[in-house]
Amino acid sequence: MKHIRFMIMGILFGITLSKGEIISWYRIQEMFRFQSFHMFGVIGSAVVFGIITIQFIKRRKLKDSAGNFITVSTQEPGYARNLIGGTIFGLGWAITGACPGPLFILVGYEGWVFILAIVGALLGTFSYGLIEKKLPH
Amino acid sequence: MDRLIEFIQQPWPWWISGPLIAYVMFSLLYFGKGFGVSTNFKTVCCMLGSCKVSDFFCFNWRDQIWNLMFIGGVVIGGFISSQFLTPDTAVAISQATITDLKTIGIESPGTSYLPEEIFGADNIWSLRSLVFLLGGGFLVGFGTRYANGCTSGHAISGLSNLQYWSLIAVVGFFIGGLVMTHFILPYLIAL
Repeated sequence: MKHIRFMIMGILFGITLSKGEIISWYRIQEMFRFQSFHMFGVIGSAVVFGIITIQFIKRRKLKDSAGNFITVSTQEPGYARNLIGGTIFGLGWAITGACPGPLFILVGYEGWVFILAIVGALLGTFSYGLIEKKLPH
Repeated sequence: MDRLIEFIQQPWPWWISGPLIAYVMFSLLYFGKGFGVSTNFKTVCCMLGSCKVSDFFCFNWRDQIWNLMFIGGVVIGGFISSQFLTPDTAVAISQATITDLKTIGIESPGTSYLPEEIFGADNIWSLRSLVFLLGGGFLVGFGTRYANGCTSGHAISGLSNLQYWSLIAVVGFFIGGLVMTHFILPYLIAL
């Protein structure tokens, strides 16, 4: 079970997001109403800490555990896909009060009710796959 | 030990949670993996045989087993947190949010993590709850695949890596979130 380390990281991530109240529907509402610094502090400090460390990794050309240079790339170019796709996700995020990570955490935290949200997300992903070629990207 | 557990049981401030999230991302990078939770939806679709209807789902899902293990851990983390680490589930949201949410029909904002009338197991087969869970989940699944990432991939990893297109995606996240919160959500709560 060489993947067990990823499960341990997941446990840390799950505890962090639940204790940090990022899985709270109310915290997401507060964020989209700009009524508290909490969520901006969470995302902002993660990003600031992330920028500094990734710059350090790139300048020092650090390697990962397998000896390859560490690279980060998660983007696909295109205004349509990022802006429209992002907006559709944002609409959903404000309804469920949870992005994908918290949806999984809530299955553990609240119970089976949130499996319905996971089923919804799977149906959404499946639908995108069906019509992907017809959408602007 | 008891005092340590009591310390952990308090709500964690943003300056603890935020850097810990970045730490999870670095741990994944160190082991040659990219931080991206929504990819797991695509992987599960692939495992369930969606490749037969769209080649979007045709890839070797075994390359993503590590990520499925990660979200397995995430579910366990949520369970541990609810069972052992969160004796007080009240969330100290701002007074302004409490007032706003009461106006649109949420009875007791901030007394727990989630509004019971929407997400409580007793109310789950109402139209409103199904719209929130299945409908909201659908938009999350569709949008994250269209934008090729969610908060972990774009907002945390992408912005940390100073990626222009991730910034555009995050702008989209907020356009959608603001439109929903301020113009549509009151009608959904009234269902």
